[in-house]
This record gives sequence, structure tokens and C-alpha cells, in this order.
Amino acid sequence: MTHALEIRNLHIYYNSFHAVKGISITIPTNTITAIIGPSGCGKSSFLRVINRMNDLVPHARILGEVFFRGVNIYDPSVCEIDLRRRMGMVFQKPNPFPFSIFDNVAFGLRIQNRRDKVFLQERVEESLRRCALWDEVRDRLHQSAYELSGGQQQRLCIARALAVYPDVLLLDEPCASLDPKATKRIEELLQKLKEEITIVIVTHNMQQARRISDYAAFFHSGELVEWGTSAEIFDYPKKQLTQEYTQGLFG
Amino acid sequence: MHKFADRMFITLSLAALMFTLLMLFALLVDVFVDGVTRLNGQFLTSFPSRKPEEAGILAALVGSVSLITLTAAIAVPLGVGSAVYLEQYAKRSRFNALMDINIGTLAGVPSIIYGLLGLALFVRVLALDRSLISGALTLSLLILPIIIIASREAIRVVPTSLQDGAFAIGATRSQVIRRIVFPLALPGILTGIILALSRAIGETAPLIAIGALTYIAFLPDSLSSPFTAMPIQIFNWVSRPQEAFHANAAAGIILLLAITLLFNAVAICTRNHFYKISAHCS
Ligand SMILES: Nc1ncnc2c1ncn2[C@@H]1O[C@H](COP(=O)(O)OP(=O)(O)O)[C@@H](O)[C@H]1O
Ligand SMILES: [Mg+2]
Repeated sequence: MTHALEIRNLHIYYNSFHAVKGISITIPTNTITAIIGPSGCGKSSFLRVINRMNDLVPHARILGEVFFRGVNIYDPSVCEIDLRRRMGMVFQKPNPFPFSIFDNVAFGLRIQNRRDKVFLQERVEESLRRCALWDEVRDRLHQSAYELSGGQQQRLCIARALAVYPDVLLLDEPCASLDPKATKRIEELLQKLKEEITIVIVTHNMQQARRISDYAAFFHSGELVEWGTSAEIFDYPKKQLTQEYTQGLFG
Repeated sequence: MHKFADRMFITLSLAALMFTLLMLFALLVDVFVDGVTRLNGQFLTSFPSRKPEEAGILAALVGSVSLITLTAAIAVPLGVGSAVYLEQYAKRSRFNALMDINIGTLAGVPSIIYGLLGLALFVRVLALDRSLISGALTLSLLILPIIIIASREAIRVVPTSLQDGAFAIGATRSQVIRRIVFPLALPGILTGIILALSRAIGETAPLIAIGALTYIAFLPDSLSSPFTAMPIQIFNWVSRPQEAFHANAAAGIILLLAITLLFNAVAICTRNHFYKISAHCS
């Protein structure tokens, strides 16, 4: 089994606040890893370190190493723009751009100066198909993305991320604002996508984490309490705290 | 008792409003009665003259239009550029906090001060003389803070979630600015620009301070041409003793009001036109 990501002794500080305290974890290729834990334990911060989105927070300081396919992404020779083009990110609240459905999906390609019309059309269709959205929007590609429902908007955001063929997909509570039906569609979608890409998903929903993940990591107050296969974490946790959290005793 | 106080308050505020509106209305009617018959083709196409009935606003009209065009060409890129820098690139530092306060203060400085600065800097030190370019540079200084403040405000309200979305797909800062921030901030920026220009077109004091001429019988043909502008021409006519010149002044005021009104209408229309887009993604 190869590892897409290997995080070694990661610390994140916001000014003097120590938000993530020495996390080490490996994320195998073509699997779904769920990050679970109570609010404020550093899940989003962890995720935003993997694609260097935390570079945009001026008062954030990062110590430790994050290896992506054997390269430390915090090495000065690594360009964060190139890195982000290989990692898709989906946010808690759907954030389509105020453009048409087509222009949303084509955005990532256009900023890489891919202008060829036929190419764009093919890639947009393919990405929408991968997100099981094509049949719902094929007749209104040039209408505003805001005319879609919340669940459709979130799938559009996934399609937008997929259009540039990322190796990794990072999702931060992608179903937090969706109803159960829309949530189920996204879960099915992720199951299918993991055949091609590595997925890391932050979720508050224990059932969801159990249903879809191969591996799970439980964070608490900035520390990694425990991580392993989902079966280990949800059925045979080694730590008392993990068991209490996954059984919903606190959170 | 409470009710009575309430009523009193409403009555008083209504009275204040009515008083203001009435004054304004009286002023407008007065100007209209005096000037509307003078506002004809001859008035629009003639140069100033010793004889009031032969005098016209042409030089001042063309002067004002050239002045505003030039001012916009200078102040808009500088102002919008500064706003983009301050909102998108500048790190939070003590220097920038100081800059914030300064820009706020500059927006409140009386316009005559800018006129004196223009006189010292552009007319004298840079030896640009009492030219169109001196006037435009001076007015640019005057409206720069307004444009910067309005543009920053418009840029600041562009949702972070959209900018994050673009960064996350690998957009560079300049791509995020060009493709996301700018289009969404545009209505606010345009509104600010138009309001700033409509202020500039009515400014008199700074132009008098830099020594714009009042009697010009030709059209400005280059940046270094001497010039006059509508508020100056109006000021000049008002200060003549003959009644007939006052009619000319009134006609000039109507024209200036119409132009300002047009600017404001355009500002409101652009805001409403783009409003739908920004309302969607908040
Ligand atoms: N940009 C930031 N500036 C300062 N503190 C932050 C910032 N982002 C997160 N934090 C703090 O770091 C801790 C972890 O936050 P986060 O990673 O968002 O947790 P989670 O996603 O698990 O809820 C929280 O205490 C939060 O207040
Ligand atoms: Mg979070």
C-alpha cells in the first residue's frame, strides 16, 4: 500500500495559540480517511495545511513536515499554487462562483490557460458526470449556479474541483448544510471517486464517517488521540476517549 | 405621556424635513425662473463676452468636461489600485493602520487646502502653470481618498468563501482579484467613482486657488492649455453687478445641476443593475 500523504509531527499556531499539537499520520492512496472530533479540535486547520490554504492566514505558523508523494510540501522549492492544482477542496457551505454552471466547472482549467472550447466542453461534461450532476444540468449549463439546490451546488463544487484532475480531494464537513437525501448522494459519489483519488473528509456525523471511511482519525484539543482503520476506531477503539466520542457521549 | 413625546418628536422631525425641502425647492425655483430662458443654443455655443446677452458657457462646459475626463483618467486607476493593494496585498501592520486613519482624514480636508497644495506643487514646483493638467491633478488629489474608501469598502464585502474557493483550485492572488474580487466589487467601485466625479465637477475653490482663468475665449487644446470650468464661470457671472449676467449664472447652474443629477442617476442605475449578482452570493 502506498501513501498519498504523510504528516510528521505537525504543529499549527495561530499567533501564540497552539491549535494543532504534534500530529503524525499517514493517508493511504485511493482511500477515504475521515477526520472526526469535537468542534475546535483542529480538524479544519489540519485539512487546510495539506493544500497550504493556511498560507493565506498571516498569523498562522506551521511546524513539522507534510509529505505528498514523497515531497515535503513546505519545502521552499514547492510552489503552493501548483500544489493546490493537484488537491481539490470542498467547503462546509457550498461556494459556487456567481457564474454559470459551465463557467464554474471550467474555472480551474481557465486559470491554467486552457482555452480550447472543445477541450473545455469535454472536461466540463466529464466532471459533471463524475459527480452525477450531468443529467440534472445538461440543459442549463449556461444558467447561474445559484439556481441549483444546496445539494446540487455542493456537487457542482466537487465537479469544479475534479475538473483539474486532482490527486487528492479534501472535504471539510461537505454535508453539514445538506438534507439526508442530498447527503446520501454525496456519500455514494465519494465511494465511487475513491477508486481514482485519495479523499480526506472532516465530518461531524459519526454514522457518515462509519459508512464511508476506510480509515479514521480522532482529534481532541489539537491532539491526535487515535487513528486506524474505521473498524478499529468505531468498533474496537483503544482509548476510552475515542469510544466515548464515537458513541456520542460528548461532542 | 410617552405617546405625546413620540408625537412631538415625529412632528419636529417632519418639520425639519419640510423646512429643508422647502428651502431647496425655493432655491431651485428661483434658479429656474431666472435661468431657464437663457438656456438656449446660443448660450451653449458662445464664449464669454462683455455683453451678457452674447455671453455663453461653451469654454466652461468644454473645460469642465475635459477636466473631469482627465481627473477620472488620473484618479480612477490610482484610487482603485491603492484600494486593491490595501485590501488584498498589504499585511496588517502599524504603518497600514496609520495609513487608514490618514486616508479617512484626507477625505475630510476642506477642498481649498487641496487647491493650495496644487498651487504650490503643480503650478509652481512642477511648473505646470495654470493649466488643465494642474487642475486635473489637483482635483485628483481631492477625490482620491473618496475613491479609495469606496473601493476598499466594495472589495472588503466580496465573500471570503468565494476567494477561498478560487485559491483552493490553484488561482494566484492576481487571478482571484481579476476573476472574483473585481467583478463582484465593480458596482460598489463604480458608484464610488461616479459620486467622487460628481463632487469634482462642482468644485470651485481649489480651481480658483490654482488660478484657473475666468475669461477664456478659446477651447483648451492640450494638457497645458489654460482653462476655465463651469463653477468658475458661474461664480464670475454672479459677482457681476448687471442683472443680465445673473440670468447667465442661473442658466449655468441649471446645466451644472443637470450634469450632477445625470452622474447620480448613472450611479444608482449601475448599483441596481449589479445588485442582483452580489445579493446572490452573500
Ligand atoms: N484563522 C484563525 N485564527 C485564529 N485562530 C484560529 C484560526 N482558525 C482556527 N483557529 C482556532 O484554532 C482552533 C482549531 O480550529 P479549527 O481547525 O477550525 O477546528 P475544527 O475545524 O475542528 O472545528 C480553534 O480553537 C479555533 O478558534
Ligand atoms: Mg471546522
